[in-house]
Amino acid sequence: MNAPGNRQPGMIDGFIAIIKRDLLLAWKRPGDVLNPLFFFAMVASLFPLAVGPSPEQLLLNGPGVVWVAALLATLLSLNSLFLTDFEDGSLDQIILSPQPLPLLALGKAAAHWLLSGLPLVLASPLIAMTYRMPVEVVGVLMLTLALGTVSLSLLGAIGAALTVGLNRGNALLSLLILPLAMPILIFGARTVSLGVAGDPVASGIYFLAAYCMLALTLAPFATAAALKISNE
Amino acid sequence: MSGDDLCLLRGDRCLFRRVQFALNPGELLTVEGPNGSGKTSLLRGIAGLLEFETGDVTWDGQSVTGDHQSFRSNLVWLAHRIGFKEELNLIENLQFEGALRAASLENLQPAIDRLGLSRLTDLPLRYLSAGQQRRVSLARMLLADVRLWMMDEPYTNLDHAGQTLAGELIAEHLAGGGLCVVASHQAVALDAPTRRITLQ
Repeated sequence: MNAPGNRQPGMIDGFIAIIKRDLLLAWKRPGDVLNPLFFFAMVASLFPLAVGPSPEQLLLNGPGVVWVAALLATLLSLNSLFLTDFEDGSLDQIILSPQPLPLLALGKAAAHWLLSGLPLVLASPLIAMTYRMPVEVVGVLMLTLALGTVSLSLLGAIGAALTVGLNRGNALLSLLILPLAMPILIFGARTVSLGVAGDPVASGIYFLAAYCMLALTLAPFATAAALKISNE
Repeated sequence: MSGDDLCLLRGDRCLFRRVQFALNPGELLTVEGPNGSGKTSLLRGIAGLLEFETGDVTWDGQSVTGDHQSFRSNLVWLAHRIGFKEELNLIENLQFEGALRAASLENLQPAIDRLGLSRLTDLPLRYLSAGQQRRVSLARMLLADVRLWMMDEPYTNLDHAGQTLAGELIAEHLAGGGLCVVASHQAVALDAPTRRITLQ
């Protein structure tokens, strides 16, 4: 037998490995990635058809619609975050590994963002065009969406971890996460609206960045604690 | 390793109480009992996945609850659910294992050959039979650089040769100074110092 402890993988190895594994899984099951993106694009592009094509109205509603669509698309993809790991026993292996669980939970959230948040951010310029947003605002939209979706992935991981052991925890998950997501929605949509009106947007972006940092520092620990409880 | 005065409640039902054991390097602990007697729960409790109502498990003289880290870096776990991704193949799954705990991945090929999995390395695990999947779980044990093997029903789904092989692997691990905890409703006859817990 080899002496144990000699070749313990480093903390970052575990973090990177779990991101890589989830990306590889998504590559083999592309539907999971495309669903939220498809949902986002559909809601955002159907809305103008329903309310009418007048440019003023589109500009007025655009930021709110895009943000609600992004929020719902992210919520849609959160339910499955820990579900397959729970069902096939991978969660037991992850919890029993000597790697710090909060870091592995952060890896899961990071993979979730890369697979659900980042595609939304990248698709948002196209949506912005359908709402005739000025070019200068596209950057603001992408930045607020990036900060907002990172926070949503991190907060959503807590909710997904808490509801993973429950059957059909989807509605409960939304109920748990929505109150925490409200500030993101309000500040995100409002900041883009301010940008459309030509007003300064920095304060909203600072708030979103601060909220994102708060989620980044606290959510992994809360997720880890929730996973241990749910997996009992 | 030892456990003292272990008691576990599920809901308001007491699964077992006053369970104790002590295990030295090279020894096997078998947990026996009929279905529903709490074998799996006892194992999950020892590993730290469940909390005992009373009692404490110690590892190297230290309470496990105080020092999860050193206990977990010495433990590898096998259960009903294989804990691998069925979309990924054997190699991809075992490489992820290597990032979770100390593992000798350079022994990957011999381990795969020994378990008779060499022709299945590029198939997603979904296409493997239950017995083959169980052999893949055994590959995790074989590669892990740890002292304690915890196995819940390791013989399930294995054919006769597979059961013999699993027994050999456990015996070799024990001969190398390792410890092993096995929960099984089948009688485990191994040529190794064995301690027993029987749950009612």
